[in-house]
Amino acid sequence: MIKLENVNKYFGDLHVLKDVNLEVKEGEKLVIIGPSGSGKSTTVRCMNFLETPSSGHVYIDGEEMTSHNKIQLVRKTTSMVFQQFNLYPHMTVLKNLVLAPVKLHHKSREEAEELAYHYLDVVGLREKAHVYPTTLSGGQQQRIAIARALCMQTKIILFDEPTSALDPETIQEVLDVMIRLAKENITMVVVTHEMGFARQVADRVIFMADGQILEEGTPDAFFDHPKNERLKSFLGKIIRK
Amino acid sequence: MAGLFSANAWNKIWVYRETFLLGLKNTAISAAFGLLLALVIGVLLGLFATSGKRPLAVVARIYVEFIQNTPLLLQMCFLYYALAFSGHSLGILVTGILSLGIYHGAYVAEVVRAGIEAVPKGQFEAAYSQGFGYPGRMFCIILPQSIKMILPPMVNQVVNIFKNTSCLYIVGGADLISITYSFVTGESTGGAYAPAYLVSGLLFFLVCCPLSSLASMWEISLKKREGRSGGMDKRTERVA
Repeated sequence: MIKLENVNKYFGDLHVLKDVNLEVKEGEKLVIIGPSGSGKSTTVRCMNFLETPSSGHVYIDGEEMTSHNKIQLVRKTTSMVFQQFNLYPHMTVLKNLVLAPVKLHHKSREEAEELAYHYLDVVGLREKAHVYPTTLSGGQQQRIAIARALCMQTKIILFDEPTSALDPETIQEVLDVMIRLAKENITMVVVTHEMGFARQVADRVIFMADGQILEEGTPDAFFDHPKNERLKSFLGKIIRK
Repeated sequence: MAGLFSANAWNKIWVYRETFLLGLKNTAISAAFGLLLALVIGVLLGLFATSGKRPLAVVARIYVEFIQNTPLLLQMCFLYYALAFSGHSLGILVTGILSLGIYHGAYVAEVVRAGIEAVPKGQFEAAYSQGFGYPGRMFCIILPQSIKMILPPMVNQVVNIFKNTSCLYIVGGADLISITYSFVTGESTGGAYAPAYLVSGLLFFLVCCPLSSLASMWEISLKKREGRSGGMDKRTERVA
């Protein structure tokens, strides 16, 4: 479904991704963890060309992504949930949800609204359809952002630290929605610091540091028997005793 | 010379009131069409400047710097005299509209650029990640958000373009200032300097003052609204 082949990324002189190779299968739930500055966000952002790789190849759904076809390919295959939600503040929640389906997927307004209400039910916020996003709490905004991503009905959803900007008491409501989603046949790539979530949901966990993938495995192997020293010390620091 | 309180001078102005209104009309026409041109140039260059494409941004930068750092008077003279002597006379009205449009286009471009740059980067990214191409991104998502930041300074541009029609005097225009000058120096009408310029100034004031008050009221209400929703930006960076 997603394949990164020898992907390198430079920001000026900074070598952020070093020959990253990674494959994600259809329906797989992949969690990427690692310290900040390890290149995990950049990796996910290369999957929809929010960052164009400096070299290497990205294949989505069997097609190589280039700067020419990226918009079409992204529209067809991927959606994204951001750390800062990035809801459109000048539109109501409903308008946020129907905008792309109407403008880009040529759905009728009725179809798009039906879809929107369906996914608002999924995230449990149907009653917020007509309010503006800024009146909602962070957790609610992020659930709306997830509903907006679902309205795109793409096979892939990318999550870039979806709970990192949230107040602690609203993190769980967002994670609960994501756990429910994980039961569907959606390919999910999640950058997160939520280890409990990773353990519960991931088919595979990847540890990145210094722009490289240092270890990968099933959650059990990964968390209970880490081999890499960097990973051991990382887990030691973030998992509360 | 008639003084400020000479009834005779004021009477003369009343008799020739049509002349002043004609000047006002010419000024309004030059300003309106000039503004239209300035909007086209400004929006285009504002989009160039924020396109992320270097050649386009350079074109916008050079235009803005060149126009903003040379006097409007010079640009008008260039358009009018230089072109007239090379046999491409444009006529006074067209010269006025073109030169005002070109000059204020540079300022509008900066206003538009600032408005677009004030929209958080995340909005561009969200739009892109949904599959919006450049036009969809700008017209559905970015520009509707910039517009409230663009409008108040834009109204100030309208005030400025209106006042800057007075520069047309240098090429012998028929705008309000030029007409006032002809009036006070005219053989049959001359002499009523103080009343004429007072009336002319009052006409400018009557148009410009409501506009600039509108702009500042707009800005104040905008700040208030932002202050109210400002709470949402207070996010805690949480490192696990």
